Amino acid sequence: MGPRIVNRTMTEQASLARPGPLAALKHTLVKPATRQKAMAFASLLVLMTFFSLASPNFLQTGNLVSILQSTAVNGVLAIACTFVIITAGIDLSVGTMMTFCSVMAGVVLTYWGMPLPLGIVAAIFFGALCGFTNGVLIAKLKIPPFIATLGMMMLLKGLSLVISGTKPIYFNDTPDFPVISQESLIGYFIPALPIPNAVLIMFVIAVLASIVLNKTLVGRYTFALGSNEEAVRLSGVNVAFWKIVVYSISGAICGVAGLLIASRLNSAQPALGQGYELDAIAAVVIGGTSLSGGTGTILGTIIGAFIMSVLTNGLRIMSVAQEWQTVLTGLIIILAVYTDILRRGKAA
Amino acid sequence: MTSVHPPPLISIRGLSKSFAGVRALENCQFELLPGEVHALMGENGAGKSTLMKVLAGVYQRDAGEILLDGRAIEIDSPRAAQAHGIGIVHQELHLMSHLSAAQNIFIGREPRRGLGLFLDDDALDARARRIFERMNLALDPRTPVGTLTVARQQMVEIAKALSFDSRVLIMDEPTAALNNEEVADLFRIIRQLKAQGVGIVYISHKMDELQQIADRVTVMRDGKTIATLPMAGTSVEQIIGMMVGRELAAMTNEAPDTSRNEVVLEVRGLNRGKAIRDVNFTLRKGEILGFAGLMGAGRTEVARAVFGADRVDSGEIRVRGATVAIGSPADAVAHGIGYLSEDRKHFGLATGLDVETNIALASMRRFLRFGGLVDAAATRATAERFVRQLQIKTPSVEQQVVRLSGGNQQKIVISKWLLRDCDILFFDEPTRGIDVGAKAEIYKLLNALVAQGKAIVMISSELSEVLALSHRIVVMCEGRITGELRGADATQENIMQLATQRESMSPA
Repeated sequence: MGPRIVNRTMTEQASLARPGPLAALKHTLVKPATRQKAMAFASLLVLMTFFSLASPNFLQTGNLVSILQSTAVNGVLAIACTFVIITAGIDLSVGTMMTFCSVMAGVVLTYWGMPLPLGIVAAIFFGALCGFTNGVLIAKLKIPPFIATLGMMMLLKGLSLVISGTKPIYFNDTPDFPVISQESLIGYFIPALPIPNAVLIMFVIAVLASIVLNKTLVGRYTFALGSNEEAVRLSGVNVAFWKIVVYSISGAICGVAGLLIASRLNSAQPALGQGYELDAIAAVVIGGTSLSGGTGTILGTIIGAFIMSVLTNGLRIMSVAQEWQTVLTGLIIILAVYTDILRRGKAA
Repeated sequence: MTSVHPPPLISIRGLSKSFAGVRALENCQFELLPGEVHALMGENGAGKSTLMKVLAGVYQRDAGEILLDGRAIEIDSPRAAQAHGIGIVHQELHLMSHLSAAQNIFIGREPRRGLGLFLDDDALDARARRIFERMNLALDPRTPVGTLTVARQQMVEIAKALSFDSRVLIMDEPTAALNNEEVADLFRIIRQLKAQGVGIVYISHKMDELQQIADRVTVMRDGKTIATLPMAGTSVEQIIGMMVGRELAAMTNEAPDTSRNEVVLEVRGLNRGKAIRDVNFTLRKGEILGFAGLMGAGRTEVARAVFGADRVDSGEIRVRGATVAIGSPADAVAHGIGYLSEDRKHFGLATGLDVETNIALASMRRFLRFGGLVDAAATRATAERFVRQLQIKTPSVEQQVVRLSGGNQQKIVISKWLLRDCDILFFDEPTRGIDVGAKAEIYKLLNALVAQGKAIVMISSELSEVLALSHRIVVMCEGRITGELRGADATQENIMQLATQRESMSPA
């Protein structure tokens, strides 16, 4: 007990004397959140080094593009989850919500034959609507997030199947649709960097999400709610309203993920989606966002998403059987949550 | 004399408040002057916090009026109180530990720029810095609150209360978690604010502190304001006398002398941080040992430590003369020690399960038969025996305990420990949340238990209860045992005296 008190007082004094840039950097580096991110980044590098040594195919451009491509969808979903998890909530419906959004894009573009921009708007709108519904269930009806979003997960899965008649919806009437995900705007200007648009979109979403989290009121309340909801309520903040806003933002981001996956497959696959939420949550936790709320960063989440897809890709390239890939992914998730618990134990 | 007084900042007149038909406040009068530190004193449950929560807009009054600068005002929400310049620092800290000090202070009122789209954290920090300057407090507004000491966190709460340009500041037991140095720091800030004309209501049990800082004191008892006196010239005894009332109830348990009975439990040199400091006591067979003290005095901590629920720094525990090592509740139970938590719902009962299961829960092993099956008939028979013996009022042993009254739930917890052969029982606030009729039954039961040779430690914040039941009374304050009382010495006044005897104050 003694040493910890000494420790606290020291950090306190360090922050008291307005720190110079070097001291500030040192201060930032020892912050647990930064340390977790650095650790996550280091494990990403270790993984990549390992796989590139294990298989000559790993570092091939085609394979790297494939890793980027598969990170994009999970990354965007994980960004959506990051918002919710920072409020100390959880969202199990992001996977099927993504599918629902791609189906709705299919309805607008293929069934109704509307122009592409309307399809994009529809996907994001329906995502926000689903998120809004989650928010109302959780903030107004006081249904625990786990249960509310579990229900929403199944509900949306069913709705996608009903609306599509259980068949994929192809975007044959919208030839530009695959461009969203598959082409490379960067590659057009710099042929050496054929980074798919999906990844570009993921990074744009990541930057926007970072700004929202760190520079706006919604972001401030996202952290505050996860840190101590009762304190926020007692400060006269409309807790229910802001929770609904957070879930709506998360839903809208799921809509973007829906566009990305539909564009990559050039079809809305109504049976897809379930299981994606767990990959997304795993990415968030690996990236250093605590499941108990109050802390988290988008950068960490992106690193987490890359770790997940490098792992899957690397194992496949090493011809590890699909079944074993699943087993390993499971172990990684358990490990990630366990490190979260260790971290929380230290913080308490 | 009245002519030199400035007009009162706050006047509370004839204020009453009930909760679900129970009178919490009755015809309360209170007055706060600008630049005054006004102490509010009373026993636990006297109504101090309730009165201040009405003033802070947390509760709504039923009757009476509140005047600010002589004009009647309505305070229907914490927001309204803030708008009137009334700030409160609650007993429990309400902070977001991941956020910075400045972010905590201005939560819900963040300055913004860029068409209101973005937060202006520079302005935020500047505003926080101005408040810290006003408090003469050296603190970086960007420090995450979770990394601050409790004392510093308290300062942040005070800064938050002041940030509403408060002219009235209510502090509910602000020094409960502070050490002497930190208390001095707090007092410096209070004097600073006082000099700026802020009126401060200061709720505390700590007599010596009040004598240092308070100008006047108002004593409350049973939801009523008893008197308001200047602090200077008022003795501690006078205040305690008003707090406990005129009737000098003395110990009433005329049970046979237990002082020669076998010692079943002996605790020596028990220490755990600041919560438990060198605690020594003995418990004899057939005796009820009362543990008195104010909330947070460390009584529950002692019980939990002996029961193995919390780790201790040092200490020796002897059960029937033999030193035992208790590292977990399972060890304690194996030595026949049972603990009945003050919070039955969280720690004592599986409320969703039935009576039978709850009674058998700690003794499942004895109902196991061949192949690990539970002998349902034996479990039921045992449960029914306890229901009869302890007169538990339940339609059947299959009833969910959540549907039973508090008194009957308490009896089920008692049954559980009796079945487990525990003969050293710690009762932590055994009658909390139990109605008067059921209380008497619990008292009867406790007496019956000691008559059968059990030994009981009873922790209670109700003085009348401690006095009525205990053979001996141990009083705690700030983690230490400040005295032991028996027979004619055991009076409410002596208990209060010992319960408020802080280290810095020499015993009278």
